[in-house]
Amino acid sequence: MRVPLSWLAEYAAIGAAAADVQEVARRLTACGLEIESVEPVGHDISGVLIAEVLEVAELTEFRKPVRYCQVSTGDGVDRHVICGATNFTAGARVPLALPGAVLPGGFEIGARKTYGKVSEGMICSAAELAIGDDHSGILVLAADAPLGADFVEYAGLRDHVLDVNVTPDKGFAMSVRGIARELAIAYGVPYTDPADAGITADVGEVSADSYPASIEDPSGCDRFVLREVHGVDPAAATPLPMRVRLARSGQRCVSLAVDVTNYLMLELGQPMHAFDRDRLSGPIVVRRARPGEQLETLDHVLRTLDPEDILITDSSGPISLAGTMGGLATEVSESSRDLVIEAAHFSARGTARMSRRHRLFSEASARFERGVDPDLQLRASQRAAVLLAELGGGMVLPGCTHAFAPMPQITITMEADYPDRVAGTGYGLDTVRLRLGQVGCTIAESTAGQDADGHQARHEHHRHDTSATMLTVTPPSWRTDLTDPADLAEEVIRLEGYEKVPVRAARAAAGRGLTGRQRLRRSAGRSLADAGYVEVISSPFSAAADFDRLQLAADDARRRAVTVANPLSDDEPLMRTTLLPGLLRVLSRNLGRGFADVALFELGTVFRLGPQGARTAPILPVDRGPTAAELAELAAALPDQPLRVAAVLAGDRDLAGWWGQGRQAGWQDAIEAARTVLRVSRVPFEVGADQHEPWHPGRCAAVYVTAEAGRPRLAGHAGELHPRVISAFGLPARTCAMELDMSVIETAAGSLGPVQAPAISAFPVATQDVALVVARAVPASEVETALTAGAAGVADIALESVSLFDVYTGDQVGEGRKSLAYTLRFRADDRTLTADETTAARDAAVAEAARRTGAVLRDGSNSS
Amino acid sequence: MSAPNKAYDPVEVAALAPAAVDRMRADALAAIAAAADLDELKAARLAHAGDRAPITLANAEIGALPPAARAEAGKRVGTARSAIRAALASRQEELAAERDSRVLVEETVDVTLPWDRTPAGARHPVSSIADRLVDVFVGMGYEVAEGPEVEAEWYNFDALNFPPDHPAREMQDTFFVAGPKPAERSGVVLRTHTSPVQIRAMLTRPLPLYVVSPGKCYRSDALDATHSPVFHQIECLAVDEGLTMADLRGAISAFVEAMFGEGLRTRLRPDFFPFTEPSADVSMECHVCRGASTRPGGAPCRVCRSQGWIEIAGCGMVNPRVLVACGIDPDRYSGFAFGLGIERSLMIRHGVTDIRDTLEGDVRFSRAFGVEA
Repeated sequence: MRVPLSWLAEYAAIGAAAADVQEVARRLTACGLEIESVEPVGHDISGVLIAEVLEVAELTEFRKPVRYCQVSTGDGVDRHVICGATNFTAGARVPLALPGAVLPGGFEIGARKTYGKVSEGMICSAAELAIGDDHSGILVLAADAPLGADFVEYAGLRDHVLDVNVTPDKGFAMSVRGIARELAIAYGVPYTDPADAGITADVGEVSADSYPASIEDPSGCDRFVLREVHGVDPAAATPLPMRVRLARSGQRCVSLAVDVTNYLMLELGQPMHAFDRDRLSGPIVVRRARPGEQLETLDHVLRTLDPEDILITDSSGPISLAGTMGGLATEVSESSRDLVIEAAHFSARGTARMSRRHRLFSEASARFERGVDPDLQLRASQRAAVLLAELGGGMVLPGCTHAFAPMPQITITMEADYPDRVAGTGYGLDTVRLRLGQVGCTIAESTAGQDADGHQARHEHHRHDTSATMLTVTPPSWRTDLTDPADLAEEVIRLEGYEKVPVRAARAAAGRGLTGRQRLRRSAGRSLADAGYVEVISSPFSAAADFDRLQLAADDARRRAVTVANPLSDDEPLMRTTLLPGLLRVLSRNLGRGFADVALFELGTVFRLGPQGARTAPILPVDRGPTAAELAELAAALPDQPLRVAAVLAGDRDLAGWWGQGRQAGWQDAIEAARTVLRVSRVPFEVGADQHEPWHPGRCAAVYVTAEAGRPRLAGHAGELHPRVISAFGLPARTCAMELDMSVIETAAGSLGPVQAPAISAFPVATQDVALVVARAVPASEVETALTAGAAGVADIALESVSLFDVYTGDQVGEGRKSLAYTLRFRADDRTLTADETTAARDAAVAEAARRTGAVLRDGSNSS
Repeated sequence: MSAPNKAYDPVEVAALAPAAVDRMRADALAAIAAAADLDELKAARLAHAGDRAPITLANAEIGALPPAARAEAGKRVGTARSAIRAALASRQEELAAERDSRVLVEETVDVTLPWDRTPAGARHPVSSIADRLVDVFVGMGYEVAEGPEVEAEWYNFDALNFPPDHPAREMQDTFFVAGPKPAERSGVVLRTHTSPVQIRAMLTRPLPLYVVSPGKCYRSDALDATHSPVFHQIECLAVDEGLTMADLRGAISAFVEAMFGEGLRTRLRPDFFPFTEPSADVSMECHVCRGASTRPGGAPCRVCRSQGWIEIAGCGMVNPRVLVACGIDPDRYSGFAFGLGIERSLMIRHGVTDIRDTLEGDVRFSRAFGVEA
C-alpha cells in the first residue's frame, strides 16, 4: 500500500521526527510493516505560482482549440500564456508555471513562441504536476486560492510516499488508520484514531426511513449499513488536498462520490460503495447468488454468478459483487444527486473465493480477504455521508439502516510470561501489558496456575514475578489476526524489537549423520562427475509427445504421467516419468551451442501413476494429529516418485588431440556409466541383453541388482539409443544413454552389511590364458560367470581375477562363433602354486564354461 | 692331466701366475676405460668382473694351490679385483654423469602439452551447495529429512496453518495436480516449499527432533532472470522442550558464520509465514563489503547493492497450531524453523545473476563449479 507520510503524521503525532523519513521507514519495517520504498514527491517542482486568468482570447485559426490568456500572479506584471485546455473561464485561479519553473521529471519551463504568440509560462494540469493522471484540462483551483502563493506550499506537495508491503495477515495495515497506529507506537507518541474523528453520539441510530436492507446469509455478511445523502451536486469538485492524497496513494480521481469513498477506504480501511438511489428498486438483500444469475460489473464485464457468490441485490436482482466490485446499473453517474452509501463487513474467505473465482482483484477485495474491522461500518459510513454532504452541498438523512448478525467476541487466555518463554528473555508483566495495550487489546489479570498441592501446574522455568499470572486478552476489533497466545507473544516481541531477543548458542542435537541412501546419492553424483559427466538439472515438465519420441508403446507404464491442472505451458502439462527427454533436450542445447563432445547426467525424481490413475487426497483436519489410517489415505493418493539417475553422451568419449585419434562414445560407455553408479553402491549386479525403448534393440543392456533374498531386480537400462529416438530428438547418430532407478539400488544397498576386509596373500600369482570358442549369441558375461564358478570349485585356490583381453570373430573360429580370450590369475593363501595345481584350476574353470555355455578351448590356447 | 692327491699342479694354476694376473688386470682396466657408455661398461663388467671373467675364474683356482702359495696368490688376485671394481665404479659414475648431462637432456619433453583426453565432468552447483548447506546443519547435529515433490495439499498447506482461501495460500502460485475428475480439486499439488517435510518429520520422527530438508519446489512463475517454476529450498526444523527465539537466533548465527564467513552479524525483522509465529526474515551482514559500502566514502557494493545487509532466509517459531495438527503437545514442546532458497544462496555466494543458468544445463555453467561449490 502506498501512503503519503503527511497523512500518517496527521494521526501519529511524530512532529519533527517526520523529517528523517529513512528512520521512519526503518522503524516501521522493524515493527513488521516492511517499507519497500520511500519516494520523495513534490520536491522537484519549483516556480509554480497561483495565478488568476484575467482574460481569455480564443485563437480560431488553428484546427484545435487554442487560448491566449492574460494571467496575473498579483505582482502587477501582466503575462500572456498559450493554453490548449478549455475547462476554465476568466477569473479562474490556476497553477502557473513561470519561465524558469521546473516541473516533475526535471521539465524546465521557458518563455517560447508558439501559435504565433509568446507564451510566458504554462498553466498546469494535474498530470503535469504529478498529482493525478488527468490531463484533459488544466487544474482549476478554489476561488479563494491565494494569488501569487507558491503552489507547492499551498497544496502541500512536498511529501514522501511510503510503499508498505502489507503481509497477508495484517488487514489492519491496509489503511492510514492502521499504519499510523504502528507509527505512533514506534515513536511512543500519541495516536488519534481517524475512525472516531467527528463521529457523533447518534452514529448507531437506526431510522425506518433509511433505505431498507437485510442480510439473508450471515455467513457471507455479518454487518450491513446504509446511509442516505440527498441533493449532492454531481459536478462538485473533489477538494485539492483529497485529490493530492488519492493520487499519491495510486487512486484515480473519478467523481466526488467515488473519491470520498476511496479516500475513506484508504484512511480507515473500510471499502464503501455509493449507489444512485434513483437506480435502486425495492429493499436491498445481501444473499448468495441463485443459479443462472448474472451481473455486469463496473468494468463492463457481464459475469455469470456462482451459487457461492455473495451478492448485494435489490428487487431487480444482483446489483453488486459484495466487497469486490459494484454493478454497472446502479453506478453513481453525472446526474446522481441522491446517494445511498453502503458500508458492510463481508466474510474474508467468501470475498477471497469470489475474487479468485471471477479473477477480479480490487482494492476492496484485497482488504476484505485480509480482514476488515467488523466494528467500523457505522462510523465509516457516517464519515462518508458527512463528507459528501459537506463537499457536495447535500443533506445527510438522519439515522441509518443497520442489519447485523451477532459476532462472537474473541478472548485469549495466556500465561503472562508466555511472550518471555517464546522469546527466551524476560520482558516482565508491565511490558507485556504496555505492548498489548498499545495495539488496542484490553487485558484482565487473574491468578492461576497452582494446583491443589500448591505446586506450579507446569513450566518449571517460569519467571517468578509473573509465573502465576494469567491474562485474559480481548483483541481490538481491527485486529482480526489476533486469535492465539502465539499471536500476542509476537505483538510483544516485535514491538519490543527483534534485536532485543538474545542469541543463545546453538545446542548440539544428537544427530546420526547422513543415512546410507543419502551418502550413496552423493557418491553416485561425484563418481559420475569424476568419470567426466556434467551434472545438469533439466525441466521436469513433459508431454505425451515426449513419450512418442521415445517410441514408447501405447500401454507403456511410462505413459502414466501425473498431469498438472494449471501448467505454465499447455505444451508441457505432464510431469516426467523418465529423466531422458529432459536430458536429451539439454544435450541438444549444448550441441547447438557448439559443444560436440558432451556427457551429461542428472539425479532427479520422476513421477509415475499406478494403474488406477490419478487419485484424490483428502484434506485432513488440523485441530488434532492425523490417524495412521488418514495418513495411509494421503500416501495412497500420491504417485510413485522414485529417484532416478540418468546419463547421456554424444560425440567423442575420448577426445582427439595431439596424441592421436579420439574415440566416439558408444553403448559400452553408457553401460560403464551404469556400472560406475552400481560399483559405488557395492550392490552385486548383472548386465544382460534386453530390448527396451528407447534403446537400440541390439545394443541395449538391462542391469539387474541382487535384491533381498538374492532375487534379481531390474535397476535400469543402458546402451545406444534407437535411431528413431535419435532422429526424433534431433541428436547425432549413435547417441547413448543410461537410466537407473536409484530407489531400487538404494534399497538393495540397504541390506548390505559393512565391507569385510580380504585376506591379502603374499604368495606369487599364477597366470593362465585361455581362449574359448562359443556361439556368437552367448553373452561374454555368462562365460565369465561360468569360469568364475568353475574355479571356485577348486579348494584352496582363489581365482583372483578374470579379464577378457581379446574377442575374435572370423574364419579361424568358424561361422556364427566367436573366440573369447581370458587371462586367469590364481593365487593361494598359504603357498606358491605349482604348475599342476594352476592347470587343474584352469581346467575346472574351462569345464564349467563348457558345461554352461558350450565353450571349447581354441587350438593351442592351453599351451601355456 | 692333473692326478688325484697331487699336492701341486703347476699347469692348473698357471692363471695365478703374477704375469697372468697383471695381464687380466690391465685388460680389464683398459676395457673399462674404453667403455664409451653405460651399455659398453655393462659389457666390460660382464667380461672382466662377471662370473666367467678370467679374474673370477682365477680366483676360484686359489683353493687348488698348496697352502703355502695361497696367501700370496690370494693377495694378488684380490688386489687386482679391487682395482677392477674401483675402476668400474668410477667409470660408472663418470658415464652416468655424462648420460645425465646429455641423454636426459635429449629426452626432454614439453610437459605443458595437454593430456585432457576425457572431457571434464562436474556437479551442478545446486547439488554441491545443497550438500554444503546440509553439511553445516549435520555438523550442528541435524539429520536430513525428505519428502515427495508431488505432495498432498494437507501437508503443503493445511497442516502448515494456511487456512483454505487465505491470501497467504494464494500468494504461492501453486501448481495443482489433476485428479480423477477434471472439475474437482485433487488435493494434490507440486509442493510449493520444503515445509511439508516439517510436517512429515513431526509425524514420523521421535521428539526431540532436529532435521534439515533440502529439495526441489515448484511455483507457477514464468521463467525469467529471477523467477523459476522449479527451484530448490533448504529448511531446518527443531522441536524440543523449551526452545525459544533466542535458540533460533543462535542457530541462524551459527549457520551464517559457517556458510558465509566468521563474525558475520545477522538481523531479524518481522515477517509473516502462516506456519511460524512470530515470523521473521533474516538478513546477514554483507559478506563482501561487511557494511563498508554504507559508510561515508565507502566503495559501492554490487552484492548487497550498498545496503550492507542481504536478505537470506525466512524463519520463526513453529506456530503451535502446526504442532497441534501433527499431534504434538504445544504446551510441552516448542520449535523453530528457518529456510532459504538454494538458488538464492548461489546468487549471494557465487554471483549467479540469472536463475535460468541453473536450469538450462549449459555444460559451461556446471563445469565452472567443478565438483565442490
